[in-house]
Amino acid sequence: MANVLPADVLPADATPVLAVEGLRKSFGTNEVLKGIDLKVGAGERIAILGSSGSGKSTFLRCINFMETPSAGRIALDGTPIGTEGRNGALTAKSGELRRLRTRVGMIFQQFNLFPHMSVLENVMEGPVTVKGLPKAEARAKAQDYLKRVGLAEKADQYPQRLSGGQQQRVAIARALAMEPEILLFDEPTSSLDPELVGEVLDVILGLSREGRTMLLVTHELGFAYHFATRVLFLHEGRIHEQGTPDEVLKNPREERTQAFLHRFSAFHF
Amino acid sequence: MQYVWDFRPVWLNFGVLLEGLVNTLKLSGFSIGLGLVIGLVLAMGRLAPTRFLSIPATAIIEFYRNTPPLVHFFWYFYGLPILTGISLTPFAAAAAALSVQSGAFFAEVFRGGIVSVERGQWEAGRAIGMGHAQLMRRVILPQAFRRMIPPLMERSFELVKTTSLAATLTYGELVYKAMVLATQTYRPMEIYSTVAVMFFTVLFLASLGMRAVEHRLARRAAR
Repeated sequence: MANVLPADVLPADATPVLAVEGLRKSFGTNEVLKGIDLKVGAGERIAILGSSGSGKSTFLRCINFMETPSAGRIALDGTPIGTEGRNGALTAKSGELRRLRTRVGMIFQQFNLFPHMSVLENVMEGPVTVKGLPKAEARAKAQDYLKRVGLAEKADQYPQRLSGGQQQRVAIARALAMEPEILLFDEPTSSLDPELVGEVLDVILGLSREGRTMLLVTHELGFAYHFATRVLFLHEGRIHEQGTPDEVLKNPREERTQAFLHRFSAFHF
Repeated sequence: MQYVWDFRPVWLNFGVLLEGLVNTLKLSGFSIGLGLVIGLVLAMGRLAPTRFLSIPATAIIEFYRNTPPLVHFFWYFYGLPILTGISLTPFAAAAAALSVQSGAFFAEVFRGGIVSVERGQWEAGRAIGMGHAQLMRRVILPQAFRRMIPPLMERSFELVKTTSLAATLTYGELVYKAMVLATQTYRPMEIYSTVAVMFFTVLFLASLGMRAVEHRLARRAAR
């Protein structure tokens, strides 16, 4: 597999696509992220694992400022996002947020398709409303992306007519239509019926063959193994262990990681 | 005691009552239209991310919701000329009072509809880079609107009935016409009962019509 670049192997002269430094996030008095450092090279695919409450979703959501970081730095292609306020928290103006989010796409656990728009309109919405693309061009592009996720024939349907797996594939097409440099997946298969998980994972694996930079929070360990170039294990708001899938998933060094993996494989037979 | 009902004076002057009804509907229609605009502006203000907008909007909404409408009528009709020298016609004063007051109520309906849209919808819009205004216009309001229709109807019916306060400003709506007729004919029982039936007929028919519209919207939403 190409681009296997754990943090410390990243060429010294290469600017990381995404650089996170000392990222902290608190909700009230509850500190969920306690200082996260991460450099992501172009084309890296990072699977983020951890038990619930480890901060993995919050970490992902801080990257595109769905949650505002309480402290630390986030830089895209070497350019820092937001400015540090008096209390150390990062703030970003609306124009900056828009640029950030057109470059960093996100896929949610609950799909969150727009129910009042057809599948095609869902995918066109970002390019037309946010990027100002002419409708005809956006439509052609949206049809392409729907074809990519195998749903070209559903273009005129409304989301509620689609299965969960199909909805999530539309959501991926919607994110792709913005042509982002980085894709964030927040537990993309956690709310799907087991028999629908495969079709979504297939689409994500397809994207990984295109060399896209992706970060994925998941509980599907087997998928993480095949998908990722690097695996992070988060524990209590810190990166507890990281490395290649083989290192972290097959030969974890840390006790916590071992216990976590053991719990997840307890019912294998 | 045996009261002898006599509706002849009502029939003889029915044209006057009809004219009053038309004026009531004119005032209602105008105030509902303007009230919806004011309500939307106030709701957007209250939900705006900056305090410069949300605090004044909240203050106006709470003030108008918690003071009696008759007082608003008097302010606009009697108070405004004293304070500013601007005097309004009875219609204009009544329309101003009604639209701002119902705007405050409409604003709360709008706000309720807006905040009832699932968090995931807000996040999905933001995640593709939408700003606050785009998010409202393209994602939130179209979904919130359907849920707002029943409570907006309720408020509008309330407003139609509140137009009767314009009688105190001598605006010739239905209740004012009825007051005049009652003093001329000494048949207040018959006249006010007729007025009640007229209000009932109009509002009941309107609610039947609205139920049909809601039904169609619900069917369309289930497609």
